[in-house]
Amino acid sequence: MLGKTAGGLFWMSRMLERAENTARLLETGQRMALTRSKDADEEWASVLQTAGVLDSFLHQNGEVTKSAAIDWMLRDLDNRSSVRSAVKQARDNARLVRTALTNDVWSAVNATWMRVDAQLKRKVSERDLPGLLEMVRQQSALVRGAYLGTMLRNDIHDFAQLGTFIERADNTARILDVKYYVLLPTAFSVGSSLDNVQWESILRSVGAGGGYRMTHGQKTTPSEIAAFLILDKRVPRSLSYCCRHIRESLGLLEQDYGAEVPSGAAAQALHAKVCGQEIGYIFDFGLHEYIQDILRDLAGLSRQIEVDYRFYE
Amino acid sequence: MDQYFDEMYHADGSLRGPYREIGSWLDNEDAARLRKKQREAEEVFRLTGITFNVYGKAEAEERLIPFDIVPRVISGREWKRLERGIDQRVRAINAFLHDIYHRQEIVRAGRVPAEMIAENEAFLPQMIGVSPPGQIYTHIVGIDLVRTGPDEFYVLEDNARTPSGVSYMLENRETMLRMFPELFSASNVRSVSDYPRNLRRSLAACAPTCAADEPTVAVLTPGIYNSAYFEHAFLADQMAVELVEGHDLRVTDGRVCMRTTRGYKPIDVLYRRVDDEFLDPLNFNPESALGVPGILDVYRAGGITIANAPGTGIADDKAIYSYMPEIVEFYTGEKPILKNVPTWRCSDPQSLAYVLDNLSELVVKEVHGSGGYGMLIGPAASKRELAAFRRKLKARPANYIAQPTLSLSTVPIFARSGLAPRHVDLRPFVLVSPDGVKITPGGLTRVALKKGSLVVNSSQGGGTKDTWVLED
Repeated sequence: MLGKTAGGLFWMSRMLERAENTARLLETGQRMALTRSKDADEEWASVLQTAGVLDSFLHQNGEVTKSAAIDWMLRDLDNRSSVRSAVKQARDNARLVRTALTNDVWSAVNATWMRVDAQLKRKVSERDLPGLLEMVRQQSALVRGAYLGTMLRNDIHDFAQLGTFIERADNTARILDVKYYVLLPTAFSVGSSLDNVQWESILRSVGAGGGYRMTHGQKTTPSEIAAFLILDKRVPRSLSYCCRHIRESLGLLEQDYGAEVPSGAAAQALHAKVCGQEIGYIFDFGLHEYIQDILRDLAGLSRQIEVDYRFYE
Repeated sequence: MDQYFDEMYHADGSLRGPYREIGSWLDNEDAARLRKKQREAEEVFRLTGITFNVYGKAEAEERLIPFDIVPRVISGREWKRLERGIDQRVRAINAFLHDIYHRQEIVRAGRVPAEMIAENEAFLPQMIGVSPPGQIYTHIVGIDLVRTGPDEFYVLEDNARTPSGVSYMLENRETMLRMFPELFSASNVRSVSDYPRNLRRSLAACAPTCAADEPTVAVLTPGIYNSAYFEHAFLADQMAVELVEGHDLRVTDGRVCMRTTRGYKPIDVLYRRVDDEFLDPLNFNPESALGVPGILDVYRAGGITIANAPGTGIADDKAIYSYMPEIVEFYTGEKPILKNVPTWRCSDPQSLAYVLDNLSELVVKEVHGSGGYGMLIGPAASKRELAAFRRKLKARPANYIAQPTLSLSTVPIFARSGLAPRHVDLRPFVLVSPDGVKITPGGLTRVALKKGSLVVNSSQGGGTKDTWVLED
């Protein structure tokens, strides 16, 4: 496989994942803003921060307002992480690696871009936002379904998986990083109970509200929510789940190509950091510091994969 | 309309033989259903990504080439004759190219003037003395044909550099099969679907001697913003070979190698869709970022086969075109089977005088132009356009050729008001390898969608049709 193709697959998957994650963040943001009218703008600032685009937003817009924030996250092509940008980049990469994709996957990606681009040409009113975000999630599910149902499980799959899970881990980690204070025991003890709206929003932004209820019922403690999103192997957006897949895909590539690479070792180290832990230890260490550490590792790993598999010249 | 030959209907309105099935099918179809199908077809094209970028427009703009659902039909008998003519012409072109880059016998014999070659910008001195495997220079050829009567076919242009459009031939057929399967069970339409397999086979057959048993083939594209990127990806996909860009390649140890996830791997045959000028910044345009530095040196040393070879433009240049009858006769010893359109070379003062006197009845083309740009259609031009062209002709006569305005045949399209005749041309696709010449039965029919228009180019409002060659 061409190094460029590996890179294209990796970024196509990252961008598809990012589009869906940004859509989820927007959904959560809108809901939060609706439930707490007082500091709604602050809530949007926190959404922007989670998406890692607060600085670029402020640079462009000055101050945070609801409608500007939504527009920035949804349609602005200057924001590389907006839904529209991410889908466009996913589609450009898919076009670049067209020969590595099945017809089903290509047409699903292309149709997604056509729909998203058509509907995001104009500003979206708040009233239309839920329907639109629903469409983005559905298109994302369509692409994933076509992918799972038709693609060979070879090195093409491994690179695509790496993109998906590195992006997803990065997203979950950033959500935890921005909201970690909500989960701190001190915050918990200060108020009478954990801020329900806040923790729900965390679970919701990774689509894990239902899963949490199923496993924990109504019992909500900060350490259990943190453990759920960091350590629980059953949760498809937990750090542990993502890191396992990252390690697995790199392991398969090493096996397939018959050569060990630095990113393989880095993925194992990262996996150990997430997998063999107790939540108590993480809190003692400092949740914020721990997450920062993971974010750094993920970025480093991504760069190392690019080098090891010759994405670029 | 009666001055034009219509391929579907006789002058009295009755159907011609090859169109019998199509005619009765159209009679029995509900117009609303057909209209719906036409829209569906466009949706399929858009979804598949069969789009092209218009040069000079915003990079993001991808447009569809309109597809018309009424097929263009050629009888088995008609095709046989075309096939023989194309075969003859393509052999002559390859022999001409070999000669031009070696002894230039045809110039010595006085059949083609020396300055036609020496002063032609399509002539590449770097190719002098180079003999590619099988002495094949142009492996993939598109011969543009037009029809003016029952047995009157003319070659309008030879495309010996990097002809495009073959993906449309294949996708148009796929689309028709998907939408109107019933049509195909009623007619004996010859299949075109072998093209990618034949392409790979004939490329592999041209591999250099240093190649492995199973030669590594790759397609070189200028990238995703090129107007024909879809086709490049499509062909690479169908042939199951890598689609590479210049920055994926480098020259190591006398071979051209591609950067894979496991390291650099040599390529034996490169089907390039990048123009000569951009192929090698060390040997041609130093500004080119699309090519591979040093590839021409590897090529000259026999380390890779480039298809088509650099320098083939000397054979499809519009001034050389006017010598094609002599060229065919010189190398094959036979009379040309396919006719050439009479052509005035404006470099000749007498011809120029004639062209200037009769400008409003002629088609004038730039010698190196393509895509229907920089061309004058006398009968359709305004006084001002004629005057402007007259000035251009006087300023640079050698830059132009002129031809009579041909009465191109028509085939109906399914227009809003029902069937309506429109002018068409035909580009059959030809593969040349040491194993012989292979012509896919069919080709790309381009159709001028505007009433009365003679310009079929997709960049200027042309559409396409599925092209059927019938089994007799």
